[in-house]
Amino acid sequence: MKPLIIADRQFSSRLFIGTGKYASSRIMAQAIEASGTEMVTVALRRVNIDDENDNMLAAIDRNRCQLLPNTSGARDAAEAVRLSCLARAASGICWIKLEVTPDPYYLLPDGEETLKAAEVLVKDGFVVLPYINADPVLAKKLQDVGCAAVMPLASPIGSNQGLKTKASIEIIIRQASVPVIVDAGLGAPSHAAESMEMGADAVLVNTAIATSADPVQMAAAFKMAVEAGRIAFETGLPPQYAAANASSPLTGFLRDEL
Amino acid sequence: MSRQTTIQTILAEKHLDQNPECWLGTLGNIKTDQVRQELSKPAGFFSFDRLLVLLSPAAEEYLEQMAQQSQRLTVQRFGKTIQLYAPLYLSNVCVNSCRYCGYNRTNAIKRTRLTIEQALADAEVIAGEGFRHLLLVSGEDRAFITTDYLIKLAEHLKRWFSSLSIEIYPMAQKDYESLFLAGIDGVTLYQETYDRRVYAQYHLAGPKADYDYRLQTPDRFASAQMRRIGLGVLLGLADWRLETLALAEHAAYLMNKYWRSQVSFSFPRIRPARCVHAQWPHLVSDKNLVQMMLALRLCFADAGMVLSTRESATFRDHVIGLCITQISAGSKTNPGGYSSAKQAVEQFEIADTRTPAQVAQMICAHGYEPVWKDWDVSFSKSC
Repeated sequence: MKPLIIADRQFSSRLFIGTGKYASSRIMAQAIEASGTEMVTVALRRVNIDDENDNMLAAIDRNRCQLLPNTSGARDAAEAVRLSCLARAASGICWIKLEVTPDPYYLLPDGEETLKAAEVLVKDGFVVLPYINADPVLAKKLQDVGCAAVMPLASPIGSNQGLKTKASIEIIIRQASVPVIVDAGLGAPSHAAESMEMGADAVLVNTAIATSADPVQMAAAFKMAVEAGRIAFETGLPPQYAAANASSPLTGFLRDEL
Repeated sequence: MSRQTTIQTILAEKHLDQNPECWLGTLGNIKTDQVRQELSKPAGFFSFDRLLVLLSPAAEEYLEQMAQQSQRLTVQRFGKTIQLYAPLYLSNVCVNSCRYCGYNRTNAIKRTRLTIEQALADAEVIAGEGFRHLLLVSGEDRAFITTDYLIKLAEHLKRWFSSLSIEIYPMAQKDYESLFLAGIDGVTLYQETYDRRVYAQYHLAGPKADYDYRLQTPDRFASAQMRRIGLGVLLGLADWRLETLALAEHAAYLMNKYWRSQVSFSFPRIRPARCVHAQWPHLVSDKNLVQMMLALRLCFADAGMVLSTRESATFRDHVIGLCITQISAGSKTNPGGYSSAKQAVEQFEIADTRTPAQVAQMICAHGYEPVWKDWDVSFSKSC
C-alpha cells in the first residue's frame, strides 16, 4: 500500500477518525488504537486546545497521530477563520479541517463560505482540509486556492447511508490533483472499502464506529476494509461484464496438440 | 410557509391558541393500528398528523417501542454523550404576577439582586465545579438586570465559560443583538401555555400578561442571530397533549424560518414554590411526560432536549438514555445560592440535589460521556 502524503506529512494509514459521540475518552482511545489511524480530528468546541491535560486531547497519542482540529459549529467564513486563528495561536497546530455548516440540523456544508474561509486560511499559512458537498466544481476551486486536500461527503453526516454521492465523488477523484478524502455518511466497512476501490485517497469515519455496540471491534473492521479497498485499487480491479462470462465458451475445444 | 406566515396565524388556523380542546376527540379516536403504522415509518420527521398519533392515548401501549426508536435516533445524532450546564440566578425581583411562581411580585419574600461582583462569586463556584456552559436566569427585573448589566457580566464570564445563554424576560431585538455581540448566544423562553384563555388565568399582571409579545419573542432573538432557541411549556397548567401540539408547531415554524439556529425543548413540570398554594388541574405523570418527550424526539431528530433539577434523581437517571441531550446539576435557584451563606428565596424547589460530580458519575455509569464543554468562546465576535 502506497503511503498517503498531505502537505509535507506522510500517512501509512488511510483511515481518518473523528472523536465525537464516544461513550468515554477511554473507549475512544482504544478505538483510535484499533483503527491504526494517524489522523484524528477534534472539534475545537469540544476541547481546550491549549491544555494538554484536556480529557479528550490527553487520550490521543500525538506522536503517532496528526491532530486535525475542526471548526464544527461555524456558521460562516468569519467564524471559521476566527476559530482557526485562535486555535493555532493557542496550540501551534496549523492543520485545520474547515467545516462551515450554517444549518444545525443536517449539518450540510456551505460551499460559498467554505471557499471564502479557505482562501484566507491558506494565505495565512494553514494546511486546509475543507469538508464539502460532493461538488466537483467547488472541489476544483478549493484546490486552486491551495487547499491540501478536499473532503466530499458520501451522504449526510451521521446518517450511515453510505456512498449516496458516488457519481460526483468519482468525478472529483478523476479531476483532483490533491488527495480526496471521503468524509461523512460512511456507515459500514463495505462503504469505506467501496470508496477506496473507487480511488479515494482516504476516508474519515466517526459515527459508525463511535455509536456501534463495540467501537473497538468496529474500528478494526474499518481498518481492514480501508486496506482491502486500497490494495484492490492499487492492484486494479478487473472490468465488470453484464453477463456471465465462461472462460472460453467458443474455442475451448482447441488444443495445442498435433 | 409564506414569508408572511406568523406563529400566531399557524396556531390560530389549528385552533391551538383558542379552543385547542377541539383536538381531544381526534386524539381519543386514534386506533392502535394507526400507531403501529406510524411507528413503521422513518423516525425523526415532523408532521402534525404524525404527532397527533404519537401523543394519542392509544400510543401509551407503545411507549417501549417508541423509547427504543428514540434511543437509537438520539445516539445516532448526539452520540453517547450528555451535556452539562448550570443555571446562575441573578435576581428574584419580578414585576409580574404569575400564580405558579415563587417570584410573584405579590409574594412577601425577601428580594435579592446580585451585583456584578456577587454574580461573579457564584459563577466562580460553578466554574470550579467543572461547568463551561452557563445559563443566566432572572425574574422580570428590567430596572436592574439591564442589557448593560448583562453585557458587563458576559465580559467577565467569558474567561471561565465557553457558552453563555439567558433565560430572562422578553427583550427587544436590538437588545438581543447587543447581547449576541457580547457573547451571549442562546436564549430560552417558555411560553408557559399556548392556550390564551389559560394564559390569562395564570398571568394576572405585569408585562408578561401580554401573550402575543411573549409568543413573538423567539422570532426577535432568532432574528438577532441567537444560535440556540430554547422552548417549553410549564407542564401542569393545561392539557399536556394539546400543549405539545402547539409547542411542536412553534418549533417547526422556527426551525424552518430561522434555519441557522438550533431548537431545544425543555420539560418543566410545576414544582412546589414558596407562597404558592394553588391546585394544579393538569399535573403530568411520569408516564405522560415520557410519552411527550418520545413523541417530540420521533418528530424532531435534531432537537436538543433539556431536563433540569426540577426532576427527581430517579426520573432523570431513567430518561437520560431515552432522548435527553442536556441536563443541569447541582443547581441553586436562589440568587447568590452558590457562594453566599445567606440563602435568598428560590424560584422553585430542587428535586435532584446531587452534586455535579455525582451527576457526572451517574452519566458515566449509564455508559455515556458527561460533556462539560461543547462550544468555544472563540465563536463570539467580541473575542
